[in-house]
Amino acid sequence: MEPTIYASLEDVTLSFGENVILKKCNLKIVRGAITCIVGLSGAGKSTILRLLDGLIEPSSGHVYVDGHDLCHTPERKLVELRQKTSLAFQFAALLDSLTIGENVGLPLREHTALSDEKIRHIVDDALESVGLRHIYDSLPNELSGGMLKRAGFARAIVTRPELVLYDEPTTGLDPIVTNLITDTIIRLRQKLDGTAVVISHDLHSIFRMADYVAMLFEGAIIAYGPREEIRTSSNPFVQQFLTGNEVGPIPV
Amino acid sequence: MRILERFGEQTIAFLEYLGGIITLIGESIRSLVHAQIRYAETFVQCYELGIGSLLIVLLTSLFTGMVISLESAQQAVQYGIGSLVGGAVTYTSVRELGPMLTAVVVAGRVGSAIAAEIGSMVVTEQIDALRSMGLSPVRFLVVPRLLALAIMLPLLTIFADIISIVGGMWIAQAYAHINPASFISSARQAVGFDDVVKGLLKSFIFACIIAFVGCYQGLSTRGGAAGVGRATTSAVVISIILIFGTNFIMSYFLFGGH
Repeated sequence: MEPTIYASLEDVTLSFGENVILKKCNLKIVRGAITCIVGLSGAGKSTILRLLDGLIEPSSGHVYVDGHDLCHTPERKLVELRQKTSLAFQFAALLDSLTIGENVGLPLREHTALSDEKIRHIVDDALESVGLRHIYDSLPNELSGGMLKRAGFARAIVTRPELVLYDEPTTGLDPIVTNLITDTIIRLRQKLDGTAVVISHDLHSIFRMADYVAMLFEGAIIAYGPREEIRTSSNPFVQQFLTGNEVGPIPV
Repeated sequence: MRILERFGEQTIAFLEYLGGIITLIGESIRSLVHAQIRYAETFVQCYELGIGSLLIVLLTSLFTGMVISLESAQQAVQYGIGSLVGGAVTYTSVRELGPMLTAVVVAGRVGSAIAAEIGSMVVTEQIDALRSMGLSPVRFLVVPRLLALAIMLPLLTIFADIISIVGGMWIAQAYAHINPASFISSARQAVGFDDVVKGLLKSFIFACIIAFVGCYQGLSTRGGAAGVGRATTSAVVISIILIFGTNFIMSYFLFGGH
């Protein structure tokens, strides 16, 4: 059966002044799958997540999420569309002044009329999903990097979004926590029965969780396919990236 | 050619700044009109921004009242018009120095804190996180701070006026032997209720300036920790310049300078 597309970038160009980030970039995000985007640091991977979340607009081209074009959409409509999407930030981006429980429950408190008791129950469930039920009353500055990221995941999934975007979830973590985070992403994808896009540099983690892998280079997707296809790709750019070889078409 | 280019760039930057502030004001008014107010957060901000500034405002106003009295009392007594010192101190405090000095002190303490807090939230992606959750940073952050300042700055100004007059009265008595009853009588003759109200109206406008400039500088922070530092400095400098300028314009129209 042909996979259905949940989100896509079509001929997206994004530039800030003379600095061109994306050039006619095309990408398809398959519904119900985990798509990992790899590429050099500063290649524009996180920018793709922000485009998919409607936080920035492309200079030209179109960004579609669940059939809706996010470009030139009024902010009020974007707020509605963002209910379907969640972004788990690289450094969690939890609000310093709120406890973890308040952070995770914030979207529910602001967007629903649920009772405090019901919200507490949902938040506990979300924290349980990431193995952090015991930190409801902790403040963000009391947590380790790995716990912060998982708390960020809990906030991202608390509204049960259809698309979860993870920005470098394993960067800067030790191998054990990296494995834990990778397992959590796989488990959350299954629990939500949704779609996920993950930006990562950790190849081991990528090939464990990805259904599809896309490689971004010089503002465009130069390789895309199921993970095994990418792992065995003969594309010299992909090969150099996967082997970490300093010699090859990618300038160091 | 270079001069023209620089002039053009500065003009564009100024217009962008103006447009940004106007948009922020528009969004804040929209939130207020739709009663999208976070009352608990507003209460917290009233405490943080208002009560937290009380001591420094009182000290500044006390010394200001004392110095006005010191400067005027000796001269007044020499010319036999010591009974007018109370009026001079009260007149100056209520109409000009009370609202303006309080605003300047609060701009230094609170305007910088607002810009630094929101600027830090920008560089740590907390503002993006709010937007990603479909929450408006204006409703979430700007409106509570605006309301808190709009409520607390006029209140602080009332305290500043009182302490300034009390300080002036004490110095007038201690330094020039001016009777407190005479001081108060002169003060009551010199200043009417409408002067107090006009002074408080100034405070309200200054509160809006401090809140909007601080929030805008914070929200437009770019470039990490250095950017937060720049935003903080700019918030204070711009607020103080605008407070002085606005004070002149308001005095001109409110107190019949035209």
